[in-house]
Amino acid sequence: MNIYLEVTISLFLLLGGVFALIGSLGLARLQDFFMRLHGPTKATTLGVGGMIIGSIIFFSATEAGLSFHELLIALFLFITAPVSAHIVGKAALHRQIACEERTRNIPWQRQSDNSDSTS
Amino acid sequence: MLQNVIQLTMFIVALALVLNVWRLCIGPSLPDRILALDTMYINTIALLVLFGMHEQKTLYFEGALLIAVMGFVGTVALSKYLLRGDIIE
Amino acid sequence: MNSVTYKKLFPHKLLSIFMLGLWLAMSNSIGLGQWLLGGFLAWAIPYFTQAFWPQSMVIAKPWLALRFLLLVLWDIVIANAQVAVLIMGPRQKLQPAFMRIPLELKQDFTITLLANTISLTPGTVTVDLQMEEGYLLVHGLHVDDVEATIADIKSRYERPLKEIFECSKT
Repeated sequence: MNIYLEVTISLFLLLGGVFALIGSLGLARLQDFFMRLHGPTKATTLGVGGMIIGSIIFFSATEAGLSFHELLIALFLFITAPVSAHIVGKAALHRQIACEERTRNIPWQRQSDNSDSTS
Repeated sequence: MLQNVIQLTMFIVALALVLNVWRLCIGPSLPDRILALDTMYINTIALLVLFGMHEQKTLYFEGALLIAVMGFVGTVALSKYLLRGDIIE
Repeated sequence: MNSVTYKKLFPHKLLSIFMLGLWLAMSNSIGLGQWLLGGFLAWAIPYFTQAFWPQSMVIAKPWLALRFLLLVLWDIVIANAQVAVLIMGPRQKLQPAFMRIPLELKQDFTITLLANTISLTPGTVTVDLQMEEGYLLVHGLHVDDVEATIADIKSRYERPLKEIFECSKT
């Protein structure tokens, strides 16, 4: 394998790894549940996507012919990540998990406050 | 060089998994724990893909695909239990 | 005969094409046998399950759909860079907010697409859908101006989706 291909694969892998780490860092570090929801749904999914692109290039270069097998995992993750985030968020909304005080428009508190503008 | 990069990325993903386990242990509420579990599934998929590249075998992709499906179903089932199991309204 | 029988024989063309592509990717080869088996499955499964599917989707403007797909992919990459900066930055400065986005879309499938798009793009996650009152409840990680964000989402994602899928139905 030539050096340019190796550098490209390494870039995709490292970028994916850093995004996965940032997503998990957001999960560990932010204050309330709804803010934590943002890290895993976006950063981690993109991180795995980057690693899968790296692996597609790797296996297409080392084995005979193209290898799109791995793309299925990325496709599946990109379809299911918003759905699972939605349903976990809905469960949290149902149980009325404690929010940060500075969150605006908390749906189960002041109903009348800001809803007239969007009606 | 590529083998070293793969090992470094595996280390980064393992670090992410440790952070998830921490949130799984301390998580103040049940949805937090479900979310941590879901993130652990996704990170495990990444680890398995990297391991397949390390060993140069395509066999591990079936495993990664299975974990993706099972993780999604598990997350949905747990959240559904929270939604239906307790009655507030 | 022809358009009615044809429609009966191939109830969901897009679904069939998608399933064939999925089969070829899963078997990871493009030999003749895989094309034949995948083609048979892609015809048989929609044909025998057509009673379960409520309605078939019609893409009115394929080019606009492609452009929308590219826009969303680009937005996903940008969104992740932004969210990464927000997560690494000082966490006391974040200003989270809930937003209600009134819906103009009518079909279930299009609303699902809009909700998933919102979840994957800049600092926003769809949390709840109120069908009767017709709005999406969206949580933003860092929102300066609630009204401007709602208007941005409506013009950037909802309008193209409405044009792509629903303009022919009305």
